[in-house]
Amino acid sequence: MKIKGRSISKGLASGKALISKQKISFLGAVDPVTGIIMDKSLDIYGKEITNRILIFPGGKGSTVGSYVIYQLKKHGKSPCAMIVQRVDTIVAVGAIIAEIPVVDSLETDPLEDERIRDGEEVLVNGTRGYVEF
Amino acid sequence: MHLTKEEEQVYEGEEGWTKQKAMEILVAIGDINHATELIPIKSAHISGVSYKTIGDAFEFISRLEGTVKVKSTLNPIGMDTEKWAEMGISEAFAVNQTNVLDAYKKLGISAECTCIPYLIGHAPAKGEHIAWAESSAVLYANSVLGARTNMEGAPSALAAALIGKTPFYGLHQSENRKPGVKVSVNCDLADADYSALGFLIGDLVESKIPLIELPPSSLPSTDELKHLSAAIGATGSVGMYHIKGITPEAVTGVDEKELNLEPEEKIEIEKEDIEAFYVSSCEPDVIAIGCPHCSSIELKRLYELLRAECEGKGRKIKKDLEFFIFTARAVMQNTQMQQIAERIASYGVKVICDTCFVVSPAFEHYDCVLTNSGKMLRYVPLLCGDAEAKLCKTEDCVRRAF
Repeated sequence: MKIKGRSISKGLASGKALISKQKISFLGAVDPVTGIIMDKSLDIYGKEITNRILIFPGGKGSTVGSYVIYQLKKHGKSPCAMIVQRVDTIVAVGAIIAEIPVVDSLETDPLEDERIRDGEEVLVNGTRGYVEF
Repeated sequence: MHLTKEEEQVYEGEEGWTKQKAMEILVAIGDINHATELIPIKSAHISGVSYKTIGDAFEFISRLEGTVKVKSTLNPIGMDTEKWAEMGISEAFAVNQTNVLDAYKKLGISAECTCIPYLIGHAPAKGEHIAWAESSAVLYANSVLGARTNMEGAPSALAAALIGKTPFYGLHQSENRKPGVKVSVNCDLADADYSALGFLIGDLVESKIPLIELPPSSLPSTDELKHLSAAIGATGSVGMYHIKGITPEAVTGVDEKELNLEPEEKIEIEKEDIEAFYVSSCEPDVIAIGCPHCSSIELKRLYELLRAECEGKGRKIKKDLEFFIFTARAVMQNTQMQQIAERIASYGVKVICDTCFVVSPAFEHYDCVLTNSGKMLRYVPLLCGDAEAKLCKTEDCVRRAF
């Protein structure tokens, strides 16, 4: 299944989906050294985002969050790609400087689509703006 | 977003990795916000400079090459570049912080390290398009100076500086600068009252631009407007405000037709709303003034207040208390100001440049901070250990020190 979206950050990656239905404030929510979600209010609390395809509604909070995404990449703990419902500037800019592929605004909402499940293999083409399940 | 042929080439990487990354950031922000094009800017102000907040991500900045295309200034760093050891900053932090600063300097960015670029010779003109980060400076530039900038983040202001352009949307466009809510203030204000007012307004208006109506007898000074801007930026997400009859886009007779002077939504602020901020139970172990950085006028006033407490009495501030004043190095560039700083120091008060209470790691061990800043009121509990912050008028801050 191939779904078209909007290209936000270039690159190509595939991995297993990790789905959160909540907005993430990267500054404070993720440990940049371990890639583990530390924010107890999140539905993916305690999970590791490393090398996963993170699927979530968008970012929120401090603009320093962009640099947290960069730190995750530097420590080899970043998601390998992100699929965002509606991307915000914090996540978009963080992904661009960290060179993590990002696609948003998919033709069918990945958070409402029951065919897309946690752990499923996903391919993200951030350059061309599509995803494949 | 439409790109010119030259911009397209930069986006494709024909002018190297640095400019490609910068252009990718601007295009993504433009697309997200439905901008149609990039417009030239006159200046950039860049945040994300303290090693305390950006940490390892400074590697990204050190990888950048070339020079910025417009006059660019930096926000406060995590330490006084001269007195860092006295502040108790570790050598490891100082080395990292110096590397961050050098990476920015290499790009041609002025290393003045202050949140008040507009008070040290970098004020934008009315109508000028700029790309500034640092919410207090964004609010001041838009509201008090009538310049035009969106609330940039650390990387987006840097990207705009490297390209010399910014996406054309939001507060760059006249139609988005109209007020959406009227705030009537029903009492006279002075000094930290403006911090309290800003704190309340930011909380109440969220992203709607407020049109503030002050009583006719209230005429805010530059420093009071600075504190109002900082507090609104700390609790709200809005990038500008108007004050009827005072700020340049809300002066009667000017732009009056275009400006919506009677927004439907109305908020009333009473004397007791402001007074509630001064009710305090905690006993301060530190007093901090200079968020945003002190102007030369504020420094002179602090000196007068301290002198009045000390003169002829040989007094110094309380033993179990510390008192810090934060300012820009540029404010201290003349002999008169240096003498004033020396005299202030003789009373036991420390004058520190380039940094501030919130972005430095040196101030994380206090319990109760007394300040005249609404911005500190918001950020001290989040970023400075477990400290509480209490608002106090400047003269009361000084009085409480003895």
